[in-house]
Amino acid sequence: MYRSNVLVCGGTGCTSSNSELIIQRLKEEIKAQGLEKEVNVIRTGCFGLCALGPIMIIYPEGSFYSMVKPEDIPEIVEEHLLKGRIVKRLLYQETVVDDQAVKSLNETPFYSKQKRIALRNCGVINPENIDEYIAVDGYKALGKVLTEMTPQEVIDVMKASGLRGRGGAGFPTGLKWSFAAANAADQKYVCCNADEGDPGAFMDRSILEGDPHVVLESMAIAGYAIGASQGYIYIRAEYPIAVKRLQIAIDQAHEYGLLGKDIFGTGFDFDISLRLGAGAFVCGEETALMTSIEGKRGEPRPRPPFPALKGLFQKPTILNNVETWANVTQIILNGPEWFRSIGTERSAGTKVFALGGKIKHTGLVEVPMGTTLREIVEEIGGGVPDGHTFKAAQTGGPSGGCIPASEMDVKIDYDNLTAIGAMMGSGGMIVMDDTACMVDIAKFFLEFTVDESCGKCTPCRVGTRRLLEILNKITSGNGTLEDIDRMEELCYYLKENSLCALGQTAPNPVLSTLKYFRDEYIAHVTEKRCPAGVCKALTNYVIDPEKCRGCTLCARNCPVGAISGSVKVPHVIDTQKCIKCGACMEKCKFDAISKR
Amino acid sequence: MQKKISNLPFSGTPEQEEKLKAVIARHKNEKGSIMPCLQEAQEIYGYLPVEVQTMIAKGLEVPLEEVFGVSTFYSQFSLTPKGKYNVSVCLGTACYVKGAAAVLEQITKNLGIQPEECTADGLFSLTACRCIGACGLAPVMTINDEVYGRLVPEDVDGILEKYKSGNA
Repeated sequence: MYRSNVLVCGGTGCTSSNSELIIQRLKEEIKAQGLEKEVNVIRTGCFGLCALGPIMIIYPEGSFYSMVKPEDIPEIVEEHLLKGRIVKRLLYQETVVDDQAVKSLNETPFYSKQKRIALRNCGVINPENIDEYIAVDGYKALGKVLTEMTPQEVIDVMKASGLRGRGGAGFPTGLKWSFAAANAADQKYVCCNADEGDPGAFMDRSILEGDPHVVLESMAIAGYAIGASQGYIYIRAEYPIAVKRLQIAIDQAHEYGLLGKDIFGTGFDFDISLRLGAGAFVCGEETALMTSIEGKRGEPRPRPPFPALKGLFQKPTILNNVETWANVTQIILNGPEWFRSIGTERSAGTKVFALGGKIKHTGLVEVPMGTTLREIVEEIGGGVPDGHTFKAAQTGGPSGGCIPASEMDVKIDYDNLTAIGAMMGSGGMIVMDDTACMVDIAKFFLEFTVDESCGKCTPCRVGTRRLLEILNKITSGNGTLEDIDRMEELCYYLKENSLCALGQTAPNPVLSTLKYFRDEYIAHVTEKRCPAGVCKALTNYVIDPEKCRGCTLCARNCPVGAISGSVKVPHVIDTQKCIKCGACMEKCKFDAISKR
Repeated sequence: MQKKISNLPFSGTPEQEEKLKAVIARHKNEKGSIMPCLQEAQEIYGYLPVEVQTMIAKGLEVPLEEVFGVSTFYSQFSLTPKGKYNVSVCLGTACYVKGAAAVLEQITKNLGIQPEECTADGLFSLTACRCIGACGLAPVMTINDEVYGRLVPEDVDGILEKYKSGNA
């Protein structure tokens, strides 16, 4: 038994800010103090509060240290672990009540509103040790299913739970399974979509890094329910830590007889292989993903036939995303009524969001469906930093839309988000403040979809490019009001005629920004002005003669010599020469330079 | 995604060709063998010049068009060589709204190359990559396996200088 357990986050965010070195230093320092038999160092998955990484928790005290640096380690080991004195200056300040008291992490605004089902083991167990997973009821659901339930009963439970696909579209999971179960075939497949391609989304990666076994266990449960003996996990090669931990988990599950032949002595066989993606956004679409596993260009196929009838290698296949899988074991163990009691009428359970952009607490949050955007942004996320104001949140990545400030009190679930022109998507949530230009944001996403359109169908291949051209025309100051109408018309054409979800949803960023921020588009075309000052062609830097003291600092820093004026006389910017780099505005000490 | 063709001439060695032939022989009779061949060829050569793709097409007895179709489809396959240091700037949404475009611009200025290009001395190559999931540190770039987060354009010159002077 160890006296103290030190949990250090080994997720991608914290690893990028050097948590590996911190683990190494901790071990060295603990050894130097002769504490290696008393203190245990564990590398866990993501705690969620990535903005404050690297993160470390020391139990039994539950002290939450944030933004730890390698040079802090000797102090933590000597003071906290040796002498039992908590190092206050390194604690997450929200947990410090006053000089005497420290409160639990779960009482801080970031965690108190969360309910962790899919993320329950992330930051709690060592993901590279199957025993720790088993200790928190791991593989118990698989055991229950194989020994006490018929395949039909498993499907009935999944249907009754109301679980809907967390990859974005929200299709009822139990129904999907029942279709595949009903189609007889000599071979069926269970697939996991871990090709998390939405920029700004990292929920699935964190689950795979923090709790890989839950995905394996749930896939085996589905294999039993539909009658499949082989599973594939299609994962992005950009997630090396997740790939490594999944492979370790698969090997350990084999060793324990929890994957492979005759699992639990019940005669049920199930195995799982990894397939690495090679970086194509469209491969997150289910039929494209299956084509890619087959080793071809990952182009989507027309549906029907749906994968439940003819999927991978033309056999009945089910595909669910990582977060969906992370809910399955808990539904089996706690029952469908328990799951339904969380969330809203038509969207049961919780949803994980990856909070990013202009927000204080960037990181991962899991909240019950029905939580409002205001609660997520202002209470959990800590609001918009640096004195700026909230403008919009973008959900669903390149397929989604923007939620403006006026809709912040909408209860977030699948149907409500669709109704206001956004979508749940896989859970990326990018917060934007008043410095964001919504036309520029729409252009950013269109550049993405133009790049990622696979080219198979004409509406998407040509339509996205034409949309981008119109957006470029508008942001460069050459747009007309007719362009806005033409663009809108083209959006609906793309929605109706594209082959797969990539093209069908590609216009969403344009449509939702048009819906809520049409005045910005109009300012770009009629006044030739970018209200946020982002679009360079429409922005001019000007010096306010009232504020300028003639200190010459801006003129000296201008890389192209566009600023003229003599000492103690207000300066002037030559807009013909100006390249709009913004160096002058940054340097000015008197706040005299602004963008117009 | 539109891909650039290498701006530098092909310089494969006979040893590399031997290795590639072995890879092709191993995969020849498998179903869907183009992808694994390309993946391993990229490990051998560091990138996939058209000369290498031609060898794969001949070896697998498939049209070059089919090989080229797969290599240009997936962004992991690079048709241009990578430098000793590959600078990769994340242009995911979180990084973009926090100013990644200005960071990328400063890098292209400093190195004198555009994304998907390699400097003539072979020291640096530049890529604009998709979200690497370190959104908490946005904006982010990586140089080989080293991650640099919370960047501003002013940081760029100093960081690149470390690599130019061999102090990285």
